Amino acid sequence: MADGAASAKIGAAKPAGTAAAAELAVQAREAALKSQGYWAGVWKRLRRDPVTIACAAILLAMLAAIVFAPLIAPHDPYQGSMLRRLRPVGTPNHPLGTDELGRDMLTRLIFGGRLSWFMGITPVFLAFVIGTGLGVLAGYAGGGVNMLIMRTTDVFYAFPSVLLAVAISGALGAGTVNAILSLTLVFIPPVIRVAESVTTGVRNLDFVDAARASGAGAFTIIRVHILGNVLGPIFVYATSLVSVSMILASGLSFLGLGVTPPEPEWGLMLNTLRTAIYVNPTVAMLPGLCIFATSICFNLLSDGLRQAMDVRA
Amino acid sequence: MLTYLIRRVLYAIPIALSVGLVCFMLVHIAPGDPINAIVPADAPQELVDQIRRDYGLDKPLPIQFGIWLGRVVLGDLGTSLATGRPVWSDLSVAIVNTLRLAVTAALIGFVLGCVLGGLAGSFQGTVIDKLAVGLAVTGVSVPHYWLGMVMVILFSVTLNWLPAMGAGPGGSSDWAWDWQHVQHLILPAVTLSVIPMGIVTRTVRGIVAEILNQDFIQTLRGKGLTQRGIFLHVVKNAAPNTIAVIGLQLGYLMGGSILVETVFSWPGTGLLLNNAIFQRDLPVLQATILVLAMFFVALNLIVDLVQTALDPRIKRA
Repeated sequence: MADGAASAKIGAAKPAGTAAAAELAVQAREAALKSQGYWAGVWKRLRRDPVTIACAAILLAMLAAIVFAPLIAPHDPYQGSMLRRLRPVGTPNHPLGTDELGRDMLTRLIFGGRLSWFMGITPVFLAFVIGTGLGVLAGYAGGGVNMLIMRTTDVFYAFPSVLLAVAISGALGAGTVNAILSLTLVFIPPVIRVAESVTTGVRNLDFVDAARASGAGAFTIIRVHILGNVLGPIFVYATSLVSVSMILASGLSFLGLGVTPPEPEWGLMLNTLRTAIYVNPTVAMLPGLCIFATSICFNLLSDGLRQAMDVRA
Repeated sequence: MLTYLIRRVLYAIPIALSVGLVCFMLVHIAPGDPINAIVPADAPQELVDQIRRDYGLDKPLPIQFGIWLGRVVLGDLGTSLATGRPVWSDLSVAIVNTLRLAVTAALIGFVLGCVLGGLAGSFQGTVIDKLAVGLAVTGVSVPHYWLGMVMVILFSVTLNWLPAMGAGPGGSSDWAWDWQHVQHLILPAVTLSVIPMGIVTRTVRGIVAEILNQDFIQTLRGKGLTQRGIFLHVVKNAAPNTIAVIGLQLGYLMGGSILVETVFSWPGTGLLLNNAIFQRDLPVLQATILVLAMFFVALNLIVDLVQTALDPRIKRA
């Protein structure tokens, strides 16, 4: 683009015939740019957005750390010692101190990321798959099917999300699977709403009519013409849910409703370290800092994606 | 307008009934026989059977739902297993405490959000805008239960300015608007206010920016209206949507204060719910969720009606 503008400027200074040629060159260049396709454009815009790139880099680094946790963690996450409980940050051999049972904080934070990430992302992924299915069905079928799905969604909208998550996991009892289940139920309705509204918008466009007129079946139309156009916006919306999901998942563990001890998980670690705030406040704050960092990076990444993909949802 | 009003109120009825159904089902998705939610585990078998008949638990689920609904409508929310008292006696106290916390937090978040969002929308692309947007993202991304702990460490443990726990001196439960009590409210309310602060900032920024881009603002500027006059026009146009957002946020805070209440031992519905979950006190769990959800349904209804009444551009038939 910048090159094109520069050559256009030079062209303007030259005689009229050359100016027209330069103008043509610019048009050709723009056409070439367009033909690179949508995703090339998205990538181009993303590359110019330092905040989004930085967040993506931080998240990738965290992901690498939790995937290779056994290789990089300096200690055993379960092995503690009553002799070295609640050591401060900067203790030799324990750079981030130790927790209330004398276990190495750095190790537990790295291992804790595994469950925290898993419990934060899985509900959004499940809700994305199920919510997209139901939402596209409601939007494409319309009529009674739409009515049934959307009115059921309304009922779940009548609960504040935190309350619904706590209610379901409270009734089911503590446990990782129950927490993921309850959060999935919390996130399905908003995904359905977005999927339905995007699908309704696409369904009445001319190319869908054209496909139908040329004999395509409902399945083909949904698979090729609808999904291709609605998955992007729904995906961007789903990424914006990851941050909330991380906070809620760790929050459930913080309440004692998610992961059970002695598994390392950031929310649960925050809970068990609560009594330590009078002894060693810095160490007690670390797990929350991890949740915060992950959540804000996912939020900024989602904002960046939305802008780069030019989605208004 | 009147037709819309009636239709909107009528539409709230099936929603409220379905919410009741979900709350009713909570006890039935819980592992174990729902009878365990009513009688202690060590009760003799004859008593269990007796109570099963009395409560109608031997009947099919739809009929049970009808019986339960009838009780709830008449104001009987059941009896707590842990205390043996009617659920409503504890719940009514807790609701008032939660309402006090949520309204204070919503007010703080509302004022801060409007100021930040208004500034950001008016000075788009400037440092002020970036700062406000940054604060907003932080507000919605911070795990508020952790922020509560940080607040306690800062203002209670380190500086010793404000109490860390409870809602009154010596754990008393009576409330008065004096410093003795209000100092207990400050930390939890500020902690809880960061979420609506972030969301209101984002919303108001968007609304203000959109209004400032409209033609009539150009016209107002062109005819020489003062900045103050233009400001009033923007406020008038932004008010209905902003009020809708803050109304819903109040509802979310009512239901979402459980984590913050746990951190600060605030004697509200969150703490009640937390205790109920760990004592497996299902009647209290069910009733608390039901009342909070009904509150949210009512708030949704009110917000819709107020928005329609305030904004003549919304024509709902």
